Amino acid sequence: MTREELRRGIECLLFVSDGPLGAREMSLALDTPEELVAEAAADLVARDPSVSGIVVQAVAGGWQMVTSPEFAVAVARFVGKRAQRLSKAALETLAIVAYNQPCTQAEVEFVRGVDSTGVLKGLIDRGLVQEAGRKEGPGRPILYQTTQEFLVYFGLNSLADLPDQAELEARLADAPERMEAAAAGGPQEGAQLPLIHVEPAAPDA
Amino acid sequence: MAGGGTPHSQDAQLHMAIDFRQESNPSFQVTLREFEGPLDVLLHLIREQELDIYDIPIARITAQYLEYLRMMEAVDLGVAGEFVLMAATLMEIKSKFLLPRPPAAEPDEGPDPRDELVRRLLEYEKYREVADLLGDHEDANRLLYARTVEVDVSDLPPVPSGTVSSVDLLTALKRVLEEVGEGRAPITAIPRQKVTLRMKMSEMFRRVREFGGRMPFSAMFAQERTRTHIVMAFLALLELIRLGKLAAEQDARCGEIYLSACPEPEQEQEQAQ
Repeated sequence: MTREELRRGIECLLFVSDGPLGAREMSLALDTPEELVAEAAADLVARDPSVSGIVVQAVAGGWQMVTSPEFAVAVARFVGKRAQRLSKAALETLAIVAYNQPCTQAEVEFVRGVDSTGVLKGLIDRGLVQEAGRKEGPGRPILYQTTQEFLVYFGLNSLADLPDQAELEARLADAPERMEAAAAGGPQEGAQLPLIHVEPAAPDA
Repeated sequence: MAGGGTPHSQDAQLHMAIDFRQESNPSFQVTLREFEGPLDVLLHLIREQELDIYDIPIARITAQYLEYLRMMEAVDLGVAGEFVLMAATLMEIKSKFLLPRPPAAEPDEGPDPRDELVRRLLEYEKYREVADLLGDHEDANRLLYARTVEVDVSDLPPVPSGTVSSVDLLTALKRVLEEVGEGRAPITAIPRQKVTLRMKMSEMFRRVREFGGRMPFSAMFAQERTRTHIVMAFLALLELIRLGKLAAEQDARCGEIYLSACPEPEQEQEQAQ
């Protein structure tokens, strides 16, 4: 099979699949070595996004077809409401689990400094976190880990896509500049707001 | 969280709470930034005022932190226990600084009482940064829609064995009970039948072995006609799985559960006979 044929073959498989497909699964179906499949799939990811409404995304160690972000509004209108955005507490909890997995609820709570029972339950219900056995020791607490769905949800190819210790410190060192940039662009969600924001009330308030 | 139409007494409280940062205004709205916890508040106070996190002015930060708690109470947010605990920690650190030191003590002797707090703040700040990053990923990825069509279960790679939970089994049992319905067989006489767990266990085990290969959970109950029999069969099944004689596998969430006999030396001997 030529590389061009392989690309089209991969497109067929991705089209009929309802989740990301790995190089191994596709190599079996296409009867082609995994490395060639992976190369051809990478071609599809790198393809000019303006030629099609469907783009190929590398995610969770595999590939999947997704709609072009350009038409997100139209697709949203057609599909209807999506699951709610995750709360800041949920994102924090996921970050802690992702870096320390498998880890216990107590470990999450120690870092966050707040009770995380509800947050963890919500993440399990959404399939982003799952139980991973029990920790040996007093009380044998339940261990948690992130799921494959976690990678898909955030469009990550693997956990290695998250910044490592050094990258994180570098990001934090840059933080003041980013805050200034955000302030210049006006207030926006997630940007650092002043602790107490006081503004004149409407006359009738 | 806006204190627009608050009663007069509470309004006065708000004025007081805000005075330390902002000149008082006859009427105004108060917006409190939502914090995820005490660490979040402290980090904000330190970073916003560009304080050196390794040399936190503990008296100043403690005062501001307590001010924030008072604000939370004033706008009826309620102060969670964690916030109070942190207030106690801050005051404890502060008190250590106020205590007179023994004259012999060197300025840099012994651990700084702030060390533990600083370590936790820095640690928390890292995860908060990752959380922001994940939020960015979430925003970007929400614009992409993947297919949501369900495919045939048999197309999916099987879930590794041992991942069937007791809840999955119970769900499957409920399905069987609904499907079979009680008393589908015409009842003309009611012979008293004695069913024991042991009997059911050997019966169920034999049934799986005779089936050969993976037996669907639903098929296990094809011959059971009454609720008692189904329940006993289910209990027998649980016991067989617990003893490791049968293995349960599920190919997809909410999918069919398959049972197969675990190979063991006893079984081989029996087959040889």
